[in-house]
Amino acid sequence: MNEIALLIAATLASGTPLAVAGLGLLLNEKAGVLNLGAEGMMLVAAIAGFATALATGSDVLAFAAGAGAGALMAAVFALLVIGLNTNQYATGLALSLFGGGFSAFVGVSFVGKKLEDRVPFEVPGLADIPFIGPAFFKQHWMVYVAIALVLAMSWFLYRSRAGLVLRAVGESPESAHALGYPVRLIRFGAVLAGGALCGVAGAFLSVVYAPLWVEGLVAGRGWIALALTTFATWRPARVLLGAYLFGGVTMLQFALQGAGVEVSSQLLSMLPYLATIVVLALISRNPLWIRINMPASLGKPFHPGA
Amino acid sequence: MLKLEARPQPSKVMSLGSPLIALALTVVLASLLFIALGKDPVRGLSIFFVEPLNGLRATAEVLLKATPLMLCALGLAVCYRANVWNIGAEGQFLLGAITGGGVALWLTSQGITGARGLYSPLVLLAGVVGGAAWAAVTAVLRDRFNASEILVSLMLVYVAQQFLNFLVFGPWKDPMGFNFPQTKTFDASTWLPQLLPGTRLHWGIVVALVMVAVFWVFLFRLYRGYQLQVGGLAPAAARYAGFSARKSLWTALLISGGMAGLAGAMEAAGPLRQLTPHVSTGYGFTAIIVCFVGRLHPVGIVLSSVLLSMMLIGGELGQSRLGLPNALTGVFQGSLLFLLLACDTLITYRVKWRSAPRAVAPTAAPAAAQLKEVQS
Repeated sequence: MNEIALLIAATLASGTPLAVAGLGLLLNEKAGVLNLGAEGMMLVAAIAGFATALATGSDVLAFAAGAGAGALMAAVFALLVIGLNTNQYATGLALSLFGGGFSAFVGVSFVGKKLEDRVPFEVPGLADIPFIGPAFFKQHWMVYVAIALVLAMSWFLYRSRAGLVLRAVGESPESAHALGYPVRLIRFGAVLAGGALCGVAGAFLSVVYAPLWVEGLVAGRGWIALALTTFATWRPARVLLGAYLFGGVTMLQFALQGAGVEVSSQLLSMLPYLATIVVLALISRNPLWIRINMPASLGKPFHPGA
Repeated sequence: MLKLEARPQPSKVMSLGSPLIALALTVVLASLLFIALGKDPVRGLSIFFVEPLNGLRATAEVLLKATPLMLCALGLAVCYRANVWNIGAEGQFLLGAITGGGVALWLTSQGITGARGLYSPLVLLAGVVGGAAWAAVTAVLRDRFNASEILVSLMLVYVAQQFLNFLVFGPWKDPMGFNFPQTKTFDASTWLPQLLPGTRLHWGIVVALVMVAVFWVFLFRLYRGYQLQVGGLAPAAARYAGFSARKSLWTALLISGGMAGLAGAMEAAGPLRQLTPHVSTGYGFTAIIVCFVGRLHPVGIVLSSVLLSMMLIGGELGQSRLGLPNALTGVFQGSLLFLLLACDTLITYRVKWRSAPRAVAPTAAPAAAQLKEVQS
């Protein structure tokens, strides 16, 4: 019973960075920009957040540093993709490769250092309920913020005027441009905000989840977050659901090991990646469904008057 | 303000010039970084761009590292020309090392021995099959399930790495290896023969150069290669001409998986002669940069694989001589790709200085007309 509560708690914690990064990428993609650089942005943000947390001891500052680092990386991407019309796939890949190298370079002096385990935020009243409390209400506060972010994103995209314009830019930039909206500026903003969210996710990994720095700490979560937007068929609430599903699969390997299942740890470590592939294949199987839901101009450059 | 103006035709000069400009800018960036780190920039640059080619031994090491880069990048170039975004060459490389290494280990354990290098073709062939099979997983999922080849091929890298770890920590671990995660040393009959005595350079570089010629013929002289590239450049035109997109997908992925697998088997049977978790030091990812810097062209790939290999060696030298983190190589490689993509803009655009106020109406009018069309 107690183990199950801990498993649920761990699932929420490991799903949170995926959810936050997934939301950021969703925002990007709703504006029509596909950023394959998520992994690189998260890595650079992870080391920025870790260094800040080590220096100041403040989680808020660490997340802010992570968001700043993510946005800065995204700005480089946006300048190339939106300013110079470079290929979005290749530029995103470049961002990931650069982020991997840069974070390893900056992080060398931080390897082996460890932050103290974060004290969970106990939701007053609810945290004392047996089972429910330890499972859901003794978490780092960012876990709750992530859920709030999902609600905020849903509201922004589907209930606010700015969200409507953003979606229009992703569906038909030509029309949005003709109506007088600054398409490239909006895309730039969406990319920056997406980068900042990926940055928060990266900082969460190094400051709260791990809490330490090793080279390649993000371990493919940036790519899983990219896959999440497809799983979710570009819906914020489903991003959260998918993130917890993958958080659960990640935790399952430890649970199985704990239960004494006779499978080597390396084979169990494949689980999250295999699950990503399987779910991606199942969701993508219906091309019509994907085409209806995907922002129509995703990945396509837009240059007015060119 | 600076303004980009579309050229009537892509500039041939710039398509060759842009990698050179990007390299020059990377060198400038590297100098600034050396200064910021308090190191002599001249010394730093010479470690990265001169010393790796200083003397026979050093040059042999550069060519040794250039071999897997060249092979992986050749395959990736075919993919990217066909607009198939395989970014999992690293995983296909690892699988090639596993299948090639597996055959070598099996021969070793059966006591099937012979002259040095006798069975290396068998090992390499197994590597090609392993790499191609791993790429085929991506092809099936793309073809049958419409799953993004970018994400699938990348996820398979992590799966392949864990599989390799499983083997060298588990069933394939050398019982006499002092508990290190490594296999037995392969029998000499499976090793790739040396090319230059006194160096680690093996015949793989010759195989790679032959493949360069083969790929040049395939891409520019064979109808199949032409079909593939039309599919990448203009899918609609390819459909009208009756070229099969499915066939292109499979061809591109199997070729590039096979090449990466070949590189993996070569690495195992060449310099390493055993399997460890670190068979690849990111060759599959570096090859993506090699591929773009080399303009997706076989000859360009030869040059860029040597360049990137020099940077890899430079990183090792910088670590031992200047105490710089080896990860600096990754920073330079990433910057090079970024700057290259930025400079590539010059191929299709001209940079113009414009002081006149922006004209809005002429650009807005056609778009408005288009909107009307959409609405009607």
